[in-house]
Amino acid sequence: MSSSSIRVGLPVNEELDGGQAGALAAVALALRRDLTLAFRRPAQLLQPLAFFALVTMLFPLAISPQLAQLRLVAPGALWAGALLASLLALDFLFRDDAQDGTLEQYLLSGQSLTALLFAKTAAHWLLTGLPLALMTPLAAVSLGAPASALAAIVAAVLLGTLTLSLLGSIGAGLTLNIRRSSALLSLLTLPLSLPVLIFGARATQQAIAGAAVLAPLELLAALAVLGVTLAPLAAAAAVRISLE
Amino acid sequence: MDFTWFHRLGSPPHVYGLAQRLTPWLGWSAALLIAAGLYGGLWLAPPDYQQGDGFRIIYVHAPSAWMSLMVYVTMALAAAVGLVWRIKVAHAAAAACAPIGASFTLAALATGALWGEPMWGTYWQWDPRLTSELVLFFLYLGYMGLRAAIEDPQRADRASALLAVVGSINVPIIHYSVTWWNSLHQAPSVMRLARPAMPAAMLVPLLLMLLGFTLLFGALLLVRLRAEILTRERGGAWLREVLVP
Repeated sequence: MSSSSIRVGLPVNEELDGGQAGALAAVALALRRDLTLAFRRPAQLLQPLAFFALVTMLFPLAISPQLAQLRLVAPGALWAGALLASLLALDFLFRDDAQDGTLEQYLLSGQSLTALLFAKTAAHWLLTGLPLALMTPLAAVSLGAPASALAAIVAAVLLGTLTLSLLGSIGAGLTLNIRRSSALLSLLTLPLSLPVLIFGARATQQAIAGAAVLAPLELLAALAVLGVTLAPLAAAAAVRISLE
Repeated sequence: MDFTWFHRLGSPPHVYGLAQRLTPWLGWSAALLIAAGLYGGLWLAPPDYQQGDGFRIIYVHAPSAWMSLMVYVTMALAAAVGLVWRIKVAHAAAAACAPIGASFTLAALATGALWGEPMWGTYWQWDPRLTSELVLFFLYLGYMGLRAAIEDPQRADRASALLAVVGSINVPIIHYSVTWWNSLHQAPSVMRLARPAMPAAMLVPLLLMLLGFTLLFGALLLVRLRAEILTRERGGAWLREVLVP
């Protein structure tokens, strides 16, 4: 039993007191493993953030340096940037683990693949979505958003990127062993992400205008709940198909 | 009850023969219905009091738009059946649906744009229905792109089937979010499609066209399904018996 499980660092069910505790411990271990691996290569973490900053910088250069005009396009610019940055980050969600066999070990570990992939996706969100949301105030202010709007914008980006990571995990699972798949991955993921874009941009727009933001935020939260509920199942099915 | 007829739908030789026999029936009745619908729509129906003869494009546009969604639902159902019960013919049917659905979607978009120019004064309007239709087109493209990118046919079947199922959950969410987005952005444009009920002279040809397009889809699907089965079963002994008399 357990050269494989030791290598991956996952407890096999029988080693713990079975069932629930084993699954939770496995999820925690998978989460910690992904975070540790990511922090050993901090440069990779910064790339999507730099990309996001660059994309939002394109708009003042392309449209106009006047804040009054930028304020009108700020929601679109921020969300297009966030969508593209999280798409870019999807490339290293499953890829390395598929190449070195870790995902296959997950599959063989006897633990729920759904739970393990959810842990991986959560780690991915902590490493990309969360920093992106924390960086959004900078980008938003540079595009003319008032300080009073920032809290709502950060909340919207937090919720939105969570859904984007979850949706992305399905696409990433489906394109696991396709070479040069980034264009295909965007073709698969972007149409499904449109509701996030719509509600996120709407919340941002309302926040900048000083209007009520609760409705779009609630819709974003509803999408996130739906994503947390269904996406890991689909992602697990996708990874199974890709590895079988 | 006897369900052998149903179980035999999982067998490629049986479905191949069945498709061969049904295609002419579906094809000819589609041709008759579409001919009757076009005659009724383009000659018999009176011009619209607001749009004049311009409204007549609805006889192609509305059935195409209807089919674009129906084909997606058919594809997702076939894909789900294939995914759950691992039936090869169901996967073949789903694969056969995609190009047909994409073509209907493209036809709906093109006719919508042509109609929009004289009626709305612009070829493209970010109207919720048009936007959803465009997203649907990209969903079809993604499905076909994923199939094309995976070399192993069985894996391509299962991966694209999962995508179709995920897409079918998303289609209503996308549709309602697009509707919501637009309803906040702008008031309904120059005119609305929701009018008092159409007079029978306009409605009957439209219904004929709807039925005709549905049967046309059936015929096209069976032809493509046979092609899919031929490709998948190449080298199968039964094909020699069917093809070489």
